[in-house]
Amino acid sequence: MSDGAQGDGHGAGRNEADGNPAEARQAGSISDVTKEGQQGIRPSREALVGAQDLTGGERPGGNGAGADAGKRHGKGRHRRGRARGRKGEQTMVPEAEFTSYYGRPVLNQPAWQPLNIAGYFFLGGLAGAGSVLAAGAELSGRPVMARALKVTSTVSVAGSAAALIHDLGRPGRFANMLRVFKPTSPMSVGSWLLAAYAPASFVATLCDAGGKLPRIGRTATVGAALLGPAVASYTAVLAADTAVPGWHEGYRELPFVFVGSAATAASGMALAASPLAENGPARSAAVAGTALENAAMKAMERRLGLVAEVYREGRGGRWMRAAEALSLAGAAGAAVLGGRSRAAAGLSGLALVAASACTRLGVFHAGLESSKDPKYTVVPQRRRLQERERSQGGQRLSGTPER
Amino acid sequence: MTESIIGRNLLAGPENDPAGDAGHGEHPPRVGFFTDTSVCIGCKACEVACKEWNAIPEDGIELSGMSYDNTQGLGASSWRHVAFIEQSKPVGHAHADVDHSDVDVLALAAQGSGTPPEEAAVTPTTPPEAGSEERGELRWLMSSDVCKHCTHAACLDVCPTGSLFRTEFGTVVVQEDICNGCGYCVPACPYGVIEQRPDDGRAFKCTMCYDRLGAGQEPACAKACPTESIQFGPLDELRERAEARVAQLHEAGVGDARLYGHDPEDGVGGDGAFFLLLDEPEVYGLPPDPVVTTRDLPDMWRHAGAAALTLLGGLAAVFAAHGRNDALKWRIRR
Ligand code: SF4
Repeated sequence: MSDGAQGDGHGAGRNEADGNPAEARQAGSISDVTKEGQQGIRPSREALVGAQDLTGGERPGGNGAGADAGKRHGKGRHRRGRARGRKGEQTMVPEAEFTSYYGRPVLNQPAWQPLNIAGYFFLGGLAGAGSVLAAGAELSGRPVMARALKVTSTVSVAGSAAALIHDLGRPGRFANMLRVFKPTSPMSVGSWLLAAYAPASFVATLCDAGGKLPRIGRTATVGAALLGPAVASYTAVLAADTAVPGWHEGYRELPFVFVGSAATAASGMALAASPLAENGPARSAAVAGTALENAAMKAMERRLGLVAEVYREGRGGRWMRAAEALSLAGAAGAAVLGGRSRAAAGLSGLALVAASACTRLGVFHAGLESSKDPKYTVVPQRRRLQERERSQGGQRLSGTPER
Repeated sequence: MTESIIGRNLLAGPENDPAGDAGHGEHPPRVGFFTDTSVCIGCKACEVACKEWNAIPEDGIELSGMSYDNTQGLGASSWRHVAFIEQSKPVGHAHADVDHSDVDVLALAAQGSGTPPEEAAVTPTTPPEAGSEERGELRWLMSSDVCKHCTHAACLDVCPTGSLFRTEFGTVVVQEDICNGCGYCVPACPYGVIEQRPDDGRAFKCTMCYDRLGAGQEPACAKACPTESIQFGPLDELRERAEARVAQLHEAGVGDARLYGHDPEDGVGGDGAFFLLLDEPEVYGLPPDPVVTTRDLPDMWRHAGAAALTLLGGLAAVFAAHGRNDALKWRIRR
């Protein structure tokens, strides 16, 4: 009614229909609340909101009927954003319009501390892949490397358990993790896995260091090597089994990123701790781990589409770029110089360990970012709905009105 | 729960009897909320009743600038949250652009009470800024949000301690004496409902007043709602009532009315608390197509297993390729 209302604003031009509560009220036929309580007609949940135009005015161009109401998008104060890919990047993802509630996140963010949880991922990977390398080294006659990796695996798994407990809101209740066994909860599965793996790793280290009970030591070493890969890869499921778009949508590739990163870390540790005569397999493992990690990461970004932004920009992007640079440098150093110079092998090894830590921090922050911005929740879901609508022949699905 | 992964899939899809499948033999019918936002007046009685009944602590007193919404969202200490959306968009036949410029508010004010007009920041007669298109064109959408008590609840699925459980009423509740504050349920919830209380560490959310249900009472929010926007009852009944209500509104010309979370075929198997909305879900801060994350869990474990075997096999291959070290040593010594 930009042309202005006639009369007294409230009364003028009102529909003459009987049963109009506003009119009836003015005529004194009903009253809502009196000293005696509520009286008269209260339509309550049957109220026909929007059924009548109580102002009676003609709206220029369309009378505000429901039929076109949905198309006329509000200029409301809720945020209407544009999601777009980074400038200069190939536009795999078309620009998307989306609506949100004042730009507020749809999801709640985990209260997880970056150092605790990324540290937990990193140490779990270092320990798990380290146990495999340790067993391989022991069985192939590389005792120095074997012993070093047994020690680092045991220390790492203790550290990862400590990080997990430290992150609990009620650390005193950590034993409740073993109260049930729930395959639907990756954290429950992980707790049990650690409960089996940590003692194996510990016994293996102890027997090696003490030089006693070689049979038990060998069994524990092999046991830890068999459980280690599970310890290294389950953390990817832990992250992916959430509503966080940056983690969940990449659940197919994330385990490969994680085991690649685990191999990178453990081989880096092996390079730093072994003599030149023993580090051949570590050098190869460093190259293989780096290749797997980076290839899986690229594949994941392709799958994530719009959400891949969080792995390229912001905090997540910075950590991921650092990880890529460090791992490539470390792998190159290990391959070219690692067999000749002890110092070069050590430096390359440390770079690889650092690369793995950066990857975990990058994945953590990228996921967090993707859960903070409603665009990463709303736009992919909207697209999914539209695609389903299209494939079902234009039929409107839940969440959208029938027209 | 083991059988959920092998054989029958209890992780996603339609599910007629969540309480029964959670192990409750004889149990009452599944109950829920139908929140009809078309009659919500934004009074926040539900928020207050919930806080009072459940003795929820204060969770920050701040002015958000988001219309009349200072609660801002659901969380550990906000189990009901009334959203306020300001739009210039009509509801059905009702106009949003009522011009009040000829209402004599000064005369009205002279009748008593209220802020003196000269002290009020904005009155209906405050002239619009030059060129402003927003003059008088405003409608409010108000909606009381709550935990959806999902048929397939991700929070419950991922809880490692069994603290979150399915009640005999088919609702989802946290046992505070067991929760160890791992916080896994927080990012698992596709609706951003459950949260850890920072000073306490444990996770909290709506219980649908489990204590009141046990005593045959309706939840505090539904009891307090003056317009019956929040309706409580057996879920089947509510779903029927909701269908009828949408039809009624469509007939009345409110084409934007639509149900949200009512469909047992949706990504979470249907919500125990569902809504009638007047705009797209994301306008209210709700995800347009939520999916319970554990739907993909079997596939996740498969991929993780493949990755673990890749690591084991890859490193074994590396050692096989390099051979025994004695040979190497021998060659170096020569
Ligand atoms: S809405 Fe979130 S907190 Fe509520 S039952 Fe569903 S997953 Fe759990």
